[in-house]
Amino acid sequence: MIPAAFDYVTADSADAAIAALTEHGDEAKLLAGGHSLIPLMKFRLATPSVLIDIGRLSDLSYIKEDGDQVAVGAMTTHRAIENSDVLKAQLPMLAHVAGQVGDPSVRHRGTLGGSIAHGDPASDLPAALLALGGSVVVKGPNGERTIAADDFFTGFLETALAPDELMTELRFPKMPDAKWSYQKFNRRAQDWAIVGVAAVTNPMNTSVALVNMGAMPLRAEAVEAALQGGASAADAAAKAGDGMSPPTDLNADANYRNALAQTLVARALAETGA
Amino acid sequence: MTIGTPMLRKEDPKLLTGEGKFVDDIHVSGELWMGMVRSPMAHAKILSVDVSEALKMPGVHSAYSGADLNGMGLWAAPLPCAWPVTEDMVNPPHFPVAAEYARHVGEIVAVVLADSRYGAADAAEAVIVDFEQLPAVASLDEAVADSKMAHSDLSTNKAYHWALEPDNAAVEAAFANAAHTVTGNFVQQRMIPAAMEPRGVLAVPSPHGGELTLYSASQVPHLLKVLIAATTGLPENKLRVIAPAVGGGFGAKLNVNPDELLAATLSNKLAKPVRWTETRSEAAFSTHQGRGQNQRIELAADADGKVTGCRVHLDADMGAYMMLITPGVPLLGSFLYTGVYDIPAFGFTCDGHFTNLTPTDAYRGAGRPEASYAIERAMDMLAAEMGMDPAELRRRNYIAGGDHFENFTVSSTLAFDSGHYGPNLDKALEMADYDGLRAEQKKRRDAGDAKQLGIGMVTYVEICGLAPSRALGGLNFNSGGWEHATVRMLPTGKVEVVSGSTPHGQGHETSWSQIIATKFGMDPNDVEVLHSDTALSPLGLDTYGSRSLSVGGVAIAMAADKVIEKARLMAAHMFEAAPGDVEYENGSFSVKGTPAKSVHIAELGFGAFLAHDLPDGMEPNLQEQVSFDPPNFAFPFGTHVAVVEIDEGTGNVELLDYIAVDDCGNQVNPLIVEGQVHGGIVQGVGQALFEAAAYDEDGNCQNPSFLDYLVPSPMEMPNIKTDYTYTPSTSNILGVKGVGEAGTIGSAAAVMNAVVDGLSPHGVKDMKMPATPQRVWNAIQGVTV
Repeated sequence: MIPAAFDYVTADSADAAIAALTEHGDEAKLLAGGHSLIPLMKFRLATPSVLIDIGRLSDLSYIKEDGDQVAVGAMTTHRAIENSDVLKAQLPMLAHVAGQVGDPSVRHRGTLGGSIAHGDPASDLPAALLALGGSVVVKGPNGERTIAADDFFTGFLETALAPDELMTELRFPKMPDAKWSYQKFNRRAQDWAIVGVAAVTNPMNTSVALVNMGAMPLRAEAVEAALQGGASAADAAAKAGDGMSPPTDLNADANYRNALAQTLVARALAETGA
Repeated sequence: MTIGTPMLRKEDPKLLTGEGKFVDDIHVSGELWMGMVRSPMAHAKILSVDVSEALKMPGVHSAYSGADLNGMGLWAAPLPCAWPVTEDMVNPPHFPVAAEYARHVGEIVAVVLADSRYGAADAAEAVIVDFEQLPAVASLDEAVADSKMAHSDLSTNKAYHWALEPDNAAVEAAFANAAHTVTGNFVQQRMIPAAMEPRGVLAVPSPHGGELTLYSASQVPHLLKVLIAATTGLPENKLRVIAPAVGGGFGAKLNVNPDELLAATLSNKLAKPVRWTETRSEAAFSTHQGRGQNQRIELAADADGKVTGCRVHLDADMGAYMMLITPGVPLLGSFLYTGVYDIPAFGFTCDGHFTNLTPTDAYRGAGRPEASYAIERAMDMLAAEMGMDPAELRRRNYIAGGDHFENFTVSSTLAFDSGHYGPNLDKALEMADYDGLRAEQKKRRDAGDAKQLGIGMVTYVEICGLAPSRALGGLNFNSGGWEHATVRMLPTGKVEVVSGSTPHGQGHETSWSQIIATKFGMDPNDVEVLHSDTALSPLGLDTYGSRSLSVGGVAIAMAADKVIEKARLMAAHMFEAAPGDVEYENGSFSVKGTPAKSVHIAELGFGAFLAHDLPDGMEPNLQEQVSFDPPNFAFPFGTHVAVVEIDEGTGNVELLDYIAVDDCGNQVNPLIVEGQVHGGIVQGVGQALFEAAAYDEDGNCQNPSFLDYLVPSPMEMPNIKTDYTYTPSTSNILGVKGVGEAGTIGSAAAVMNAVVDGLSPHGVKDMKMPATPQRVWNAIQGVTV
């Protein structure tokens, strides 16, 4: 509950943050809202020797329409996303899911980029990113690149983000008419999901992403394939656990998580009309 | 703003604006922070402790192993256990820092002192301890099995066997002749008390030596003073203990802890202030936990559902050591296993067992919630067995048939002061619309809804007003049960009340002011309450067991009455009348028949201060004191109804509605009563649905933070509906009973009765606490876990 000693530097621009990352390498961590990193540091499970505070990069906090996409700055808080009129109109599920994260004080500090970069399989927003088919814009010493959501999460708390890269933006295709559902199952309102399901149904397809059903945020590929192949929603939902290796913890064992995933996917698909 | 008025708390403006000073807010120059090196193993031999690296770290003052401290001669005695429940109870010596063996994860094995909190934490990490791991007794079940020992020098984990068996032949006969019997096997899981303010301590030696002031986040500064003196040999009359603003305790601050003894002795030895504030995880590892019992209860009943016998056996988890009242907690519940029912034959036995887990001790209700849970779950099991409505079964068994009674001796040998159970149940069932709920439940069952209703009720009784000192003596508890009060009329008409009752969030200053306002006909804001500092309030036995009002508050009322009687003699002298002719009403004295000529008690206070014209032989000053030792306990009761909705697809249990009709006798401040009821209910709901200290097979606590230890929040609670009945206690002049633990004593069983009721169509007869979604879902699938 008392973190180990660390140095603290502030970055006043994205380039300064990248330069600091390049200088300090693996020993450094970016500090955005701090709501994933600080708890780990207090348990001394993370002991970065340098924290690069990007909390002052106000130019990375925005929500703007860009053609058939919506661009969200990486430092945009969950609270701003939850209350955004643009997102409520164009990507109502994203606004809704942001409102399901933690509690109000977490949502005022925590950022979309921080949550995605942390890549916690139990977090809500990575599943929304996957289900909405979003992409991640990152910047490093060699310039900018865009990574598709499906390629971004690579393992337990691991992502395609290189140690010297800064996430700057999240991009989402507009889908104002999509049917969507987010099913979050937890024991207390402010907790992480024991299992969560994000489902988006468009005229051509349904995408389904799962929270806390494996080492990283995952698409429910078996469900999606079954639906694509013409299976009924109920039959497709029964495949929610296929290919998954859900964790066992104090709240749930793997068997129960599989059952929860099936129930919640069925409920989600009933809501989206898939 | 007199007795019975819902006055806003006098304490709140200060606390709500951040002006309350907690231990961690108090700083003195030159203070050293303690950093604790704790055992990472549940059971290990300590081979060596190397503090050399820690000593090289910046800001580090010194570091000590357990052996170092033993060699310094700091301890006159081991940590105290005030309740040796039997003559032959095993009580292994327990010192603040382990020297040879560590017997639970989190036990202190070395302490470092540094000039900052962070420096102390870093230096503690640099201490190298070489352990030899030993087999750990990691659960109560393992302790009972007794195949490995929590203390390697003992041949059994069993610490004691205690029995309350007034008439075993009667119990045997009841079971032999029973038409129905039920047996409940219940597990009271370990609970982490989780007070909002963690524990903390600051010891400040006087600059000229010899005297020591100890600030502690404690419920019991008076007990702490005596026991620090007894444990360390520091002279009691050189010690001052202050409990400043204290943010909740729930029993977890009713102890004498290693950190308190370390701060006292090291600050005395080093002539430097020494402090420590626990982290939330340290609270989980090292501050005592609650509950931890396996219960077996059997009921025998005749064909009409009249319960004729009750037999109980407990196995109780002591943890690694006996703390202040560890072994006595089950005894506090032993007298309540017959509940509100007239059950003629009763027997109770309890075995205490050592484990390699954090010690257990008092936790809100301490023994009584466990007892209430067992009898109330068993009554529901009997109702289910007989196909009888649980409310009807309860009615058939109430003491005095549910009518009003006074001084009824139950088969567990205590005399209940007063009760009136029938109307209390009626009121709760009416508020809940019980018949409507049953109809809705049937509708959902018939329709096969995904969300099913469960309805549960509890009619509890508990023991408050701890305690008649003789009764404690009879139980071998090494403390009195009295409380002390001084009431002082100051020359300017203000009143000082000195109370030995030590609040940690209960609002004593408000309640005591209301008592004085009523007695003296004055504004409660003209009353100042002095407490929680052994220099200001030298006599006291502190706050636990819902005793504050029914013992401490009553002492204040009695001291006020003595002030009034002295003032009456002054008024008689002034009016040249016989004292018997002087009437007193609302603060004013007058002679019978001439009400126009009067004198207020505050004016007499000034007269007593001047002492110019006192009756012959009367001492100056208007102040009186009382040490009140209650003649009997007080027995509050109530009916709680819980309504849950069970999601059969996920196993989730949502508490839809909660109705509480409590009877704590007369009420001084109904707003404070309401707050206690709400908080108590939430704490019991926590045990029923959310909380459990989880240990792995090696004895590691797996949820030592609020990330994983789930304390319910307001989001998990419905709007609690409360009402009250009022059956005055016969144990004291105010007719008050106590309400600090009542909610907790009723709510866990009410919720679990509702959960089991909701699952009964699946053949479910019982469910372990907490009723997690996984457990409930498994039960629906027919899997018992």
